[in-house]
Amino acid sequence: MLQGISLACVRGDRELFRDINFSLEAGGLMQVRGPNGSGKTSLLRMLCGLSNPAAGEILWNGAAIRSLNGDYFAAMTYIGHLSGTKDDLTVIENLRISSALAGFEINDTQASEALEYIGLGGREVLPVKVLSQGQRRRVALARLLACKTSLWILDEPLVALDVLAVKLIQGLLEQHLKHGGMVVMTTHQEIDLIAASTTQLHLA
Amino acid sequence: MFMWIIKRDLLLAMRRQSDVLTTLFFFIIVVSLFPLSVGPEMNMLRTMAPGVVWVAALLASMLSLGRMFSNDYLDGTLEQMLLSPQSLSLLVLGKALAHWLVTGVPLVLMAPVLGIQYDLPVEALFVLTTALLLGTPVLSLIGAIGAALTLGLRGGGVLVSLLVLPLYIPVLIFGAGAVEANMAGVGFDAHLSLIGAFLLVSLVFAPWAAASSLRVSLE
Repeated sequence: MLQGISLACVRGDRELFRDINFSLEAGGLMQVRGPNGSGKTSLLRMLCGLSNPAAGEILWNGAAIRSLNGDYFAAMTYIGHLSGTKDDLTVIENLRISSALAGFEINDTQASEALEYIGLGGREVLPVKVLSQGQRRRVALARLLACKTSLWILDEPLVALDVLAVKLIQGLLEQHLKHGGMVVMTTHQEIDLIAASTTQLHLA
Repeated sequence: MFMWIIKRDLLLAMRRQSDVLTTLFFFIIVVSLFPLSVGPEMNMLRTMAPGVVWVAALLASMLSLGRMFSNDYLDGTLEQMLLSPQSLSLLVLGKALAHWLVTGVPLVLMAPVLGIQYDLPVEALFVLTTALLLGTPVLSLIGAIGAALTLGLRGGGVLVSLLVLPLYIPVLIFGAGAVEANMAGVGFDAHLSLIGAFLLVSLVFAPWAAASSLRVSLE
């Protein structure tokens, strides 16, 4: 279970938000909404432990994520604005290396299956630099298939994806939620997801 | 996971050989410029050799420091490393080791060949190579701290040299000192032991310090 207790974020001398409270149970989806610059990405980076909240506490199964470190990271996958892929490496190398660094070593067959599923079948040995924006996004999202984590934190996962890919990701998210996973995401696109519980978090 | 990060960085270096070659050729050219400009005065060249080779090695290894984390920072892979269940210090150690394998080892291998230009005796060449072998990993490790501290800053390249070069001085003094001691007929063991000690200390502290600075830089 992921909980946020009276979280606040300050950038420079501007307060982006404060007193944000939420609780996310197994199978729960939280959609973070708000206009540009309202601190959605800042909140997500806080939730994954990249930055510390100006006030408040983030708890994972009742323990502060700061005290958990490695254990929390082993249960969480973050996909941000940056794709987290190396241009000079091939698609399959990127997936295998990023999964291994996230603590999930996969072999070539498993990596190929994940890439096939995400719609990159036949492009495994191309260097990422020749891929289109949407395809790069798919490489990043393939990590969700390779890493068996329970909490997914996704910052605008649907950007640059075509209609079919959006459907694919939607299916992937619903399956994850059905199996008791948790998703925190921001998106400007309208997307309907079936989840045990859905929380909408509005940042002003 | 430690092996994965080394494998990854070596693979990247192989795909971008120009990065590796510029460092090496910089080293070769700087070292070769001195005999050409000073002239063929054997005694003077022999005295100069250890200092020149070491200063060139320092500058060459610094040349590539900027790339150590900045590429990973720009494409988001560094962010993912911070979120790895593996300890970040270990990953940084892996990156520093890969940096040494790519930039340090070629310098070490090239040094004896370049030393001939300075008419160094065989034993002095041996000492020079050993000192570089022990000293260049220290350069990569200390450099990692500087690279991590200046990550994402404008003009980071100049700043990193101001930060890191003073810290390189002890290695420079004892590295060049070992060769001079050998040529003067005094024992050089003490110098090498001291560089070894620097290596051990930086192996313990540098990854930890660099990891902490990375966390600050990425916040």
